Amino acid sequence: MSGAVVSLATAAAGRRRDSRRDAGGPLVLLALAFVGVLVIAPLALVFVEAFRKGFAAIAEPDALAAIRLTLLTAAIVVPLNTLFGLAAGWALTRFDFRGKSVLLTLIDLPFAVSPVIAGLLFIQLFGTRGPLGAWLGERGLQVVFATPGIVLATLFVTFPFVARELIAFMETQGREQEEAATVLGASGWQTFVRVTLPNIKWGLLYGVILCNARAMGEFGAVSVVSGHVRGETNTMPLHVEVLYNEYQLSGAFAVASLLTLLALVTLAARHFIESRKGEPS
Amino acid sequence: MSIDVVHVTKNFGAFRAVDNASFRAKTGELVALLGPSGSGKTSLLRIIAGLELPDSGAVFFHEDDVTYRATRERNVGFVFQHYALFRHMTVFENVAFGLRVRNVPRPAADARVRELLQLVQLTGYERHYPTQLSGGQRQRVALARALAPDPKLLLLDEPFGSLDARVRQELRAWLRRLHDEIHTTSIFVTHDQEEAFAVADRVVVIDRGRVQQVGAPRDILHAPANAFVADFIHATTGPRAAGF
Repeated sequence: MSGAVVSLATAAAGRRRDSRRDAGGPLVLLALAFVGVLVIAPLALVFVEAFRKGFAAIAEPDALAAIRLTLLTAAIVVPLNTLFGLAAGWALTRFDFRGKSVLLTLIDLPFAVSPVIAGLLFIQLFGTRGPLGAWLGERGLQVVFATPGIVLATLFVTFPFVARELIAFMETQGREQEEAATVLGASGWQTFVRVTLPNIKWGLLYGVILCNARAMGEFGAVSVVSGHVRGETNTMPLHVEVLYNEYQLSGAFAVASLLTLLALVTLAARHFIESRKGEPS
Repeated sequence: MSIDVVHVTKNFGAFRAVDNASFRAKTGELVALLGPSGSGKTSLLRIIAGLELPDSGAVFFHEDDVTYRATRERNVGFVFQHYALFRHMTVFENVAFGLRVRNVPRPAADARVRELLQLVQLTGYERHYPTQLSGGQRQRVALARALAPDPKLLLLDEPFGSLDARVRQELRAWLRRLHDEIHTTSIFVTHDQEEAFAVADRVVVIDRGRVQQVGAPRDILHAPANAFVADFIHATTGPRAAGF
């Protein structure tokens, strides 16, 4: 009797599994078609176009200047936002204080605000008529339409990346290991270096990689504050747009393929880190 | 080292976790804080360790007021309920941690770690990571790690809470033997009165943040101070308590 019930149940379960597989086929195809059309085809096209027209455009002085500016910006922004993210993650997950939820919300602000608005904000603040811009201008420091403005705008747009990743990561890990270190006589710094950092290193690296990808790829905010001076204040994404608008498609695709390559490296690194994140050491 | 908890009160928001609690652990004693879950016994243990600050009252270590002394300067050993082992370190480095942060010279530290691993019967597991150990083994690593800096006081939060019944029995007897060997003043938290009565020299019964009774297991079993104590020790222990 009970045996019959069990075999009936397994048969039913088998049918259910089969029907799910039937429904799964078209769904998988649909998803593949979607990804193919929206993601893979454009990516492939960038490389195909770039190869067909040659990479010579990359070696042009303006393109080289754009690459240099993008690298410089990332080199300044990523370490700063890593430090900020570490401080924010540590403070928000390890201590209870007044205004904690306000700070958490503020960290999300750059995600919520359109990058163009962020750019306009910096123009207001640091432009020649802005309160800070006038003061700095008198001391011979131009922020807007120059490298400092581009760095600031990128800093603003990318600052949630490391912080958010670490907050989520550290929240799930809890405070217990750090408390254990403290009871064992470790100072705050020793606890951070010997216990916290080794535990969050994959989460941190993940955040840093995302931050870097966005810092190099940011268009909106940087476009507003840059002023588009060729060879001086154009970053790689801005340079792609300039070339495209001037119908220099070969150059546009060559520079675009570099940016795309960066995206692919980011994805590969992300995949690698995701697979390591759960491991003990 | 004797421990005195004097009129300690602790609130978490509107919730009073510890309510005017006082008790004493004499030098070399093994004391159990016994109470149902949510009774405030873990909060009390964390206050003694310095992981929480009491709202009022004081904690004395050997007549010395340590209420506001930093955790890391109290020199206590703490065994966490879920062990809180450092996942990225080997068993050896876990046990060595308290010595490394104190800059104990390497040869002395390494010798001490080997001695402790022998004490907790884990020689041969030096290079293992915590995830490669069973629950009972992790528990013993946590104990060795807590003992390594030679603490004057050992605090254990539900030390056998997450182990299965058989391992529990074994470790319980082993902890009692260990305590008789090293004589460090120890306080452990448990919700299992059988465990408290079997292992501890004295038991502090706690309910809703208040100390209900302090005494030797025999005295509490024979003369419960109030209805809660009588109820609590009989409800879960059952007829076995009568034979104790």
